[in-house]
Amino acid sequence: MDLQNVAAIATKLHPYERIVLPLLKQQNELSAISKTAKMQEIEVMRALQWLENKGIITINTEKKKVISLDQNGSRYQKEGLPEKKFLKALTDSFKGLNIITKKAKLSREEVNACLGLLKSKGSIEIKKEEGVSVKITEKGKKSLAEQTPEEQFLNLSFPLLLDEIKDVKIKLAFEELQKRKNLLNIEEQKTVTVTLTEGGKKFAAMDLGGEVVNRITAGMLKSGSWKEKQFRAYDVEINVPKTYGGKKHFTNEAVEYIKRIWLDMGFQEMTGNFVQSAFWDLDALFVPQDHPAREMQDTFYLDGKAKLPDVWKKVKEVHEAGGTTGSKGWGYVFSQKEAEQILLRTHTTVLSAQTIAKLKKEDLPAKFFAVGKVFRNEALDWKHLFEFYQVEGIVIDPQANLQHLKGYLREFYKKMGFPDVRMRPGYFPYTSPSLEVDVFHPVKKEWVELGGAGIFRPEVVQPLLGFDCPVLAWGQGMARIITEYWKITDIRDLYKNDLKQIREMKAWLK
Amino acid sequence: MPTVTLNKDIFERLVGKKLSFEQLKDRISMLGTDLEKIEGNEIHVEIFPNRPDMLSEQGFARAFSSFIGVNTGLRKYNIQASQYKVLIDASVQQVRPYTACAVVKNVELDEERIREIIQIQEKLHGTYGRNRKKCAIGVYPLEKITFPITYKADLPEKIVFQPLDGEKKMTGKEILTSHKTGKEFAHLLQSYEKYPFFIDAQKEILSMPPIINSENVGRVTAQTKDLFIECSGFDFPTLSTCLNIIVTALADMGGNIYAVELSYGKETKKTPNLTPSSMRLDPKYVNKMLGLMLSEKEIASLLQKMGFGYEQGIVLIPAYRADILHQTDLVEDIAIAYGYEHFPEEIPEVATIGQEAPLEIFSRKIREILVGFTLLEVQNYHLLMRECLVDKMNKNEEPVSLKNSVGDHDHLRNSLLPSLLKTVSENQHNEYPQNIFELGRIFHKNVKMETGIEEKEHLGVILCHEKTDFTEIRQILDGFMRSLGLICSVKESSDPSFLAGRVGKIIVESKEIGVIGEIHPQILEKWGITMPVVGMEVDVEKLMN
Repeated sequence: MDLQNVAAIATKLHPYERIVLPLLKQQNELSAISKTAKMQEIEVMRALQWLENKGIITINTEKKKVISLDQNGSRYQKEGLPEKKFLKALTDSFKGLNIITKKAKLSREEVNACLGLLKSKGSIEIKKEEGVSVKITEKGKKSLAEQTPEEQFLNLSFPLLLDEIKDVKIKLAFEELQKRKNLLNIEEQKTVTVTLTEGGKKFAAMDLGGEVVNRITAGMLKSGSWKEKQFRAYDVEINVPKTYGGKKHFTNEAVEYIKRIWLDMGFQEMTGNFVQSAFWDLDALFVPQDHPAREMQDTFYLDGKAKLPDVWKKVKEVHEAGGTTGSKGWGYVFSQKEAEQILLRTHTTVLSAQTIAKLKKEDLPAKFFAVGKVFRNEALDWKHLFEFYQVEGIVIDPQANLQHLKGYLREFYKKMGFPDVRMRPGYFPYTSPSLEVDVFHPVKKEWVELGGAGIFRPEVVQPLLGFDCPVLAWGQGMARIITEYWKITDIRDLYKNDLKQIREMKAWLK
Repeated sequence: MPTVTLNKDIFERLVGKKLSFEQLKDRISMLGTDLEKIEGNEIHVEIFPNRPDMLSEQGFARAFSSFIGVNTGLRKYNIQASQYKVLIDASVQQVRPYTACAVVKNVELDEERIREIIQIQEKLHGTYGRNRKKCAIGVYPLEKITFPITYKADLPEKIVFQPLDGEKKMTGKEILTSHKTGKEFAHLLQSYEKYPFFIDAQKEILSMPPIINSENVGRVTAQTKDLFIECSGFDFPTLSTCLNIIVTALADMGGNIYAVELSYGKETKKTPNLTPSSMRLDPKYVNKMLGLMLSEKEIASLLQKMGFGYEQGIVLIPAYRADILHQTDLVEDIAIAYGYEHFPEEIPEVATIGQEAPLEIFSRKIREILVGFTLLEVQNYHLLMRECLVDKMNKNEEPVSLKNSVGDHDHLRNSLLPSLLKTVSENQHNEYPQNIFELGRIFHKNVKMETGIEEKEHLGVILCHEKTDFTEIRQILDGFMRSLGLICSVKESSDPSFLAGRVGKIIVESKEIGVIGEIHPQILEKWGITMPVVGMEVDVEKLMN
């Protein structure tokens, strides 16, 4: 540490450090320092740690065991150990235990301990007929006159550092007494001592100057008194406590981003109900009434019967024999009851059907999109949700064709961050041709399926719109995009609403 | 979706060409099937539900061979005349009115082949046959049958035979209650008074469709060479197509197809009928949909790659194709033959104006304002358990329930406050303050709606920390309304979810738009929340107007 540095560091000293540092010339032990400084030990400790970080001191922490007397310990110190009292109550002839106990003023428990201990030392003799009786031996009499190591130990002054016991006999006595109930307390005591480093010594000798200022106050600024003040330099490199602002839910950030892409491409947003009739969700999209997807296990159904819009009759004709579309239809008798069922929408394509039904010839060409929740009857687990987002787009344009569909899809996915798009034949009941859309995953280096697309069948468009017109359509889930961005592996974490997770999640930076 | 497992060697023999795995992978995907995986010599392919004809190795190879140009165009299958007859009794009309039948002879059967045939049958049952409801298929050893066969219905107690894998003779009713397959498909017959069955001239029962064959006459073994096949159901064209899919696969195995005469009272039909159906195709429509300039000749050759025939504007559709409803389906097959990868991409210059939905714009603004008040947005499910909406809120309005939820979440929420209380109750290990909001739908019964259910966009806000109180939530409300340029007032009211005397209606322009107050400690206790909570809920649509 050179002197120049010393000066710079001096300006950074916290008021605590300024108090503690000069004291270190005389004192080097934490409790002593805090006494002199009239500060709490924790405050002194913080100051010492900062000083150590600056290389001014080194802190040595020593852990020591401190022995103090517990309630029985203090008593025995005054009254003597129970075994001594027991011995004193004995005579050369056998005496009943009760009498001895009374005479020695001991508890039953203490007496039992004494019997074992004194027997093993050969100080007493025990007879067991008509109750227990005891007499003292010659050896016992002799020991009465001596001070045992246990007594020597008890006569030391407490509290006492364990390391200070040097005598082996006394150490053994300590170990023996330690086992007894409520006799000794052993605590670990930390002793913190400080040594000034070579550079630190210069520091401690320095005049640190007068008052320094932490905060700039409004008063100082008003009066101009700041001009005379010396402002402490902060340690700007240390960590500070966390703070959080308000925040949108992270899935909404992704939703807004996707919506922005559509809006930029000139699409209008479609919105609509979650609760729909089977008619709009399925029949209007030419999904056959016996399609497996309509079964109970996949779709959430609700009680009641929906009112059908007038167009249902046209849709019925198309299902049955193609109506005027030129299609053969499904060749069954359309069930109105099936169409009237109420359900939670299974796809946002239901909004496309409703949108098409509202359009007139003069509205074309038109483009629409939706980003919305859809529902599947599934139990929650790490890869299944019963409600999730779907993204949907349609282009209703008399001139549209398959090449346009490919063009729109490539543009959309490019904006989503997937420049390489591949289209394969696929199948959906409401489109022909149907496409599966794969994107080349830039990290995994492989094709992954991301969505479906196609041109709506005339059986869908004609009854709803009133005439046939190409309608390009595509849809995809959003879960993959969201979970990959935030590295979420359990899909339930999307809606767990753990406030810590929401607070700390990084922003959607696309 | 169903899958077909192809053995690469057999598949190559059927296709008539060897391809590398890479080529196979690419071509299978571009044919409109989904390559699931390749394991050793086995190729697993997912078949889309519109192509039941590709559910057999034979059918798949047939389509694939055309597609890669080895054997294109309409396949010819001969049907030989025969004396085989099936009489359809009027009694089946009420239960399962139609059947379509065929005989296929000289099929070289071994255990492997039998398994293949059973697989085709099972896959067709599971998909095109809608679990036997729409179409059930029976296959029998021809030598055990004495023609003519009768298809009729009778009371279940009177139908007695030993079912396949059954140990003894059983009545129709017993089969449905105690036989494994019988129990599985019992729901298809149970509600009928009479059950259908096939019986031959010797009064031997062949089967009771759509449930089970008889052990005596309905078990195909490696010794079987000639087969009788029937499909039963409700729609004759469906049965006929299904039968065609099976017999053409069997013919591709080397079998010879024989016709069976079906006598429906006065009307007589002959099946299988493998005459291609025809559909007019407008080349202009093709080119318009695909954005191409294909000549008629090119169209014809593309159609041939997909197994169709083409004669002067008319497309001949193989009798096993179940998916051609409209010429758009032909356009799709032409596109597949042309190759999806070969279509250029184009974004037409069509000027349209982007427009975000007004409610969405408004919601986005609300989010921004509340984030400015350092609130955190949460997003809960629209589905909740009933107790969260009723008992735990001290409410008695019955929320909208779902009929068939497989999970615990089986009611649509009627308020956002339960969702928000749930959130804070689950976040008690996290740092306070927990000041949160949610924008989302709530649901109420309303007979005026098309579905009987009204949906509304609501905003819910909850403040939860040691020192929160009515003043704090009221400050948020006022600040929020000021940002929207609205003046609002609060009028004292009562609500069982809130503490009496600390709850009010939110009024804007003399319209009630929501509620604000301190959540009742009793409610907090029910949610296990040990921190004070204040909150408000507002109807966003009313606010926007």
